[in-house]
Amino acid sequence: MAIRLAAFGGIYNNHLALAATLADIARRGSQHAWCLGDLGGFGPQPEKSAALLRASGLPMLQGNYDHSIGYALQDCGCGYTDPSDNAFAQLSYDYTNARVTDATRAWLRDLPAQARLTLEDRRILLCHGSPRQVNEFLWESRCSDAFLEWLCQAHECDVLLVTHTGLHWHRALPSGKQVINVGAIGRPAHDGRTTVRYAELSFDAGRVAVGFRAVAYDHEALAREMETEGLPSEFVETIRTGWWTTCLENVPVKERLRQWTPESGPVSP
Amino acid sequence: MSLVRIDPAPSARFPSQPLLHLDALWIQVAGSVCNLSCTHCFVRCGPDADYHALMPREEVRGRVAEGLAMGVQEIYFTGGEPFVHPEMETILEDTLPLAPCSVLTNGTLFTGRRVERLRELTSRARYSLELRVSLDGPDAASHDPFRGEGAFERTLEGLRALSKAGLLPIVTVTQNTEEDALAFRERYFAMLKREGIAHPRLKVLPMFRLGRETERTREYAETETLALLPPEAFDPARLQCGHCRAVTSRGVFVCPLLVDEPDAHMGDSLAASTGEFELRHGACHTCWVTGMTCGNG
Repeated sequence: MAIRLAAFGGIYNNHLALAATLADIARRGSQHAWCLGDLGGFGPQPEKSAALLRASGLPMLQGNYDHSIGYALQDCGCGYTDPSDNAFAQLSYDYTNARVTDATRAWLRDLPAQARLTLEDRRILLCHGSPRQVNEFLWESRCSDAFLEWLCQAHECDVLLVTHTGLHWHRALPSGKQVINVGAIGRPAHDGRTTVRYAELSFDAGRVAVGFRAVAYDHEALAREMETEGLPSEFVETIRTGWWTTCLENVPVKERLRQWTPESGPVSP
Repeated sequence: MSLVRIDPAPSARFPSQPLLHLDALWIQVAGSVCNLSCTHCFVRCGPDADYHALMPREEVRGRVAEGLAMGVQEIYFTGGEPFVHPEMETILEDTLPLAPCSVLTNGTLFTGRRVERLRELTSRARYSLELRVSLDGPDAASHDPFRGEGAFERTLEGLRALSKAGLLPIVTVTQNTEEDALAFRERYFAMLKREGIAHPRLKVLPMFRLGRETERTREYAETETLALLPPEAFDPARLQCGHCRAVTSRGVFVCPLLVDEPDAHMGDSLAASTGEFELRHGACHTCWVTGMTCGNG
């Protein structure tokens, strides 16, 4: 029988998407499930997500956001250089930082940075940004096969799972190793759809199958809650449209042009 | 070639920078050959400046293969002006199936046929092809004194053509005023939108007192080095030279900024160029203070 591993990241306070994701994972009957970090930022009322995740008993890694909130640092350490992106990131960080309890902070502080599993003789490494840096952005179109092979070899794994960019992708490498960015469940994948994604791996008779589950949730209810909380209209627009409006500076051209057609021109923001 | 060198006091100690991993391979594909002769060029490029020669397609292929063997993440093409190279598009066609590519260009040589070819390349590649177009001011009055009369309008035409083809160029600008960082960016964004550049992307670079810039302004002062940086404050992951090498027709250099500095020549092959580098240059100070990378960020 196949062994299933579900992995998601980037909750970003989206408690409604988290609840829907947890329900989907339970329905699918995955034997293993992990959250790869970043509880907060972007969405409303962080304690709602913290309570849901802790009640689920799912193990979670410490993302850069969790580290910052855990230690009540000044910023999220997301790694942006554009001052306008940093302004939005700061706004959202300050919102979350002001609304977590000491107990949540202590829990976030103690989360592990990485985890390793072995399933069907495959060495699996779970981390947040990359195995070498918690806030490294691993974008699909900006990682050569050669680089990903090196990353897996240097960090002694056959299957590498990361998040942090918010965009999901999967690469089966020439060596047979696999790299998966599980995406984020906190905001849509900059594709004009309001659903969010998580990764589901299936290990069976030496084969690894990788898929992404699209999770629908009451995004309109979340958008209204964000408005009530006074969060920026740019964030709310992303929830309603499925297009990112902020923190696009690091996104490579290929991901930016995902929906481009010669007739329409670039339709993404 | 004239060199800018601050000879430190014999007792000065500089941090030693290890190569942590080769993430970015810079290829000075056009050597120092350029169709412009900018007054602030840190490598003194120009139409007759061929002391770093154009790199033939086969040589580029060899360098890319060396980089891939070391697990390189992405390739940057620079010059001079890469599009003066007669084989530039073919070189991109060779390289893009193997690794993400970026081209640093002054944007003045984009014919309709070239833009169409780049669009085709982008649409069928699985990796990103980033086109980085340089500007030194948001109008001709501020840009042209650096790059020559009419340069601003020609670059804007190039940007408009790339934008129309959906290639989303990254406009790379030098921070050559004391303006507030946000206001500076907003001024460029406003201009680019006004000029019809859809979804403008911006990268800001500091000025380096290297090459011709030393004549336009001044050389680095003796205090502008990392000699006084306390060893415990040094973070080897902060500087791009911990993650890159630059190759020209003259060999492998520590980074794309120091290709005219003899002590920055690290070896003939990439594999032989992984040693530590003493951060003794004024440019190292600029990189450290600003936290900048020549990469896309």
